Amino acid sequence: MELLNKLSRCFSPSGREDKIRELIKAEVEPYVTDVYTDAMGSLICRRAGKGKRLMLAAHIDEIGFMVTHIEDSGFLRFINVGGVSAFNCLNRAVEFENGAVGVISYENEEKPASAGLAKMYIDIGARDRAEAESKVRIGDMAVYKGEFSVMGGRVTGKALDDRVGCYALIEGLKTAKDCPNELFTVFTVQEELGLRGAKTAAYAVEPDMGFAIDVSMTGDTPESSFASLSLGKGPGLKLKDASFIANPSARDFMLGAARSAGIPYQLEAAAYGGTDAGAINLSRTGVPAAAISIPTRYIHSPQEVADIDDIENTAALVAKMIETAL
Amino acid sequence: MLLKELCSLCAPSGCEDEARRFIIEKIRAEVPEAEITVDTMGGVIAHKRGEGKKVMVAAHIDEVGFIVSGFTDDGFVRFKTVGGIMTTVLVSKKVLLGEKKVPGIIGSKAVHLQSREERKKPASMKELYIDIGAKDKAEAEKLLSLGDYGVFAGEYTEFGDGLVKSRALDDRAGCAVMLELMKKTYKNDMYFAFTVQEEVGLRGAIIAARRIEPDLALVLEGTTCNDVHGAKPHQTVTKLGGGAVMTAMDSAAVSDRRYFEMIKEVAEREGIPLQIKRTGAGGTDAGSIQRSGAGVKTAVLAVPCRYIHSPVSVMSKRDLESLGRLAEAVLREIERREF
Repeated sequence: MELLNKLSRCFSPSGREDKIRELIKAEVEPYVTDVYTDAMGSLICRRAGKGKRLMLAAHIDEIGFMVTHIEDSGFLRFINVGGVSAFNCLNRAVEFENGAVGVISYENEEKPASAGLAKMYIDIGARDRAEAESKVRIGDMAVYKGEFSVMGGRVTGKALDDRVGCYALIEGLKTAKDCPNELFTVFTVQEELGLRGAKTAAYAVEPDMGFAIDVSMTGDTPESSFASLSLGKGPGLKLKDASFIANPSARDFMLGAARSAGIPYQLEAAAYGGTDAGAINLSRTGVPAAAISIPTRYIHSPQEVADIDDIENTAALVAKMIETAL
Repeated sequence: MLLKELCSLCAPSGCEDEARRFIIEKIRAEVPEAEITVDTMGGVIAHKRGEGKKVMVAAHIDEVGFIVSGFTDDGFVRFKTVGGIMTTVLVSKKVLLGEKKVPGIIGSKAVHLQSREERKKPASMKELYIDIGAKDKAEAEKLLSLGDYGVFAGEYTEFGDGLVKSRALDDRAGCAVMLELMKKTYKNDMYFAFTVQEEVGLRGAIIAARRIEPDLALVLEGTTCNDVHGAKPHQTVTKLGGGAVMTAMDSAAVSDRRYFEMIKEVAEREGIPLQIKRTGAGGTDAGSIQRSGAGVKTAVLAVPCRYIHSPVSVMSKRDLESLGRLAEAVLREIERREF
């Protein structure tokens, strides 16, 4: 899990994905024909093939925090970048791109339960504004400082959403033996802000079929609210969420690949959430699309949890899809 | 004066004819070399040919307003808002309706008649109506038709130390800056887009951007300013008199990082006051332009406007001057630099 460890720890809030883009580029370059970065910052990797155009996308951004104001006292005010939960971020550590560390807390007159982000601040240990400004500027972003650990057959860390998807895409690309399609593996930006990077990438790629490889919440924890996926039972083949409904041809393609490779899978139809599949689906005149979900607990927290077998099975499924002609 | 003229134009989203006519005339008179196109949404695109990058500069010509949705038997006008207007702002305001600019007042129950409960909460849209002085429905229908548009009435006035109060500063301020910028000569292939329907969801800009297919875009805006009584420093969003404003991130777009850093550098080098917007709320045409086609690098520069989306927004002329200087310096820097 060394690669996943590196990916998880990398700093990459939406709109500031430079570091992870370079990391991934170095990993995939030997396995693709050409690679470029588009205007939004997505990494578009092409492996030449004679067949139709297949797009596989995983997003490289993560949720985070942006500094909007520095108080005279040295505390930072901030806004959320993507779906940050006020509950999850209370008294948690965050880290800036330059390594500066902070702790998020809330105005004391507020009860923790009612403290929204507007009543919260980041304490970077600065004694005053001057010291704070020596470390951080307005407009700078931070991400959760999550610890990456292997817990037996499972891993925990920040930004497994969607670094596990990136990992599966990279590993699938490395291990696929054949490439009958014109393959585009796309590492998209700004997914957490509304599937933004996938929209422009899909426009450029003009795929015949597209898949997002992303995480999805599970329903296998004590008294959890309903969600169909469980950890360890294989990748979820997502037929619907709030952003798309799988086109039958896309559904059959991923189901066929999973079956023929003997990979365990779980079918999934979600009422909520969105993935890059939604943006790909509605690109130009329409693209058959679906999503593959790696079951993940505590999504958008500093310690998300996923299963190593699920991650490796997703990589194997990606490899099989790459090897299958559209 | 250009800004005063622009602010006198009535152009609610979807009914921007008056502003469009004025702007086309202005461009023809002052920038005769520009090629003018009116796109299918009604946006005005002025092209000044150049050799280098394709650069789109955008400001929206529409403003928030009203649309007539019906008439009561006793001659009052029912209406809906067009774009984001708080109902608390509506009560007792003067409006102009229809092509003939029929004057009206947004009416509600007098304070004497309100119950204790009613006084505590703002009037809802259901209780509000526009009084155009008609004695009955028939007379009202002679003056107006269902679907007629309206805007806030309000004079452009200068006051205080270089301040302006006016209707529609959002975004006639941006239009004023763009009309001045257009007169200059550039090396790049320049498209100046006066967009429509921004206030109802950045609609005109997406169509304009698809037509232009720019390499790079700069959006000029009027933006929120909350440096008022009772706001703590971190709640002010922007400061009147604090200079031009740049957005790092709002609900519609994250500015391209290198572009953002480049603009900060330019402002510093040229000694132009620049503040970074202190909120993530609101959206601009940058959201539409950025995600058009295969993607476009965008940045947003703005002028702070107190009481935005009301008949009396307040702006500083010095901030507007800073915006103009900075926008020009940025367009020059783009000619010299790749990023």
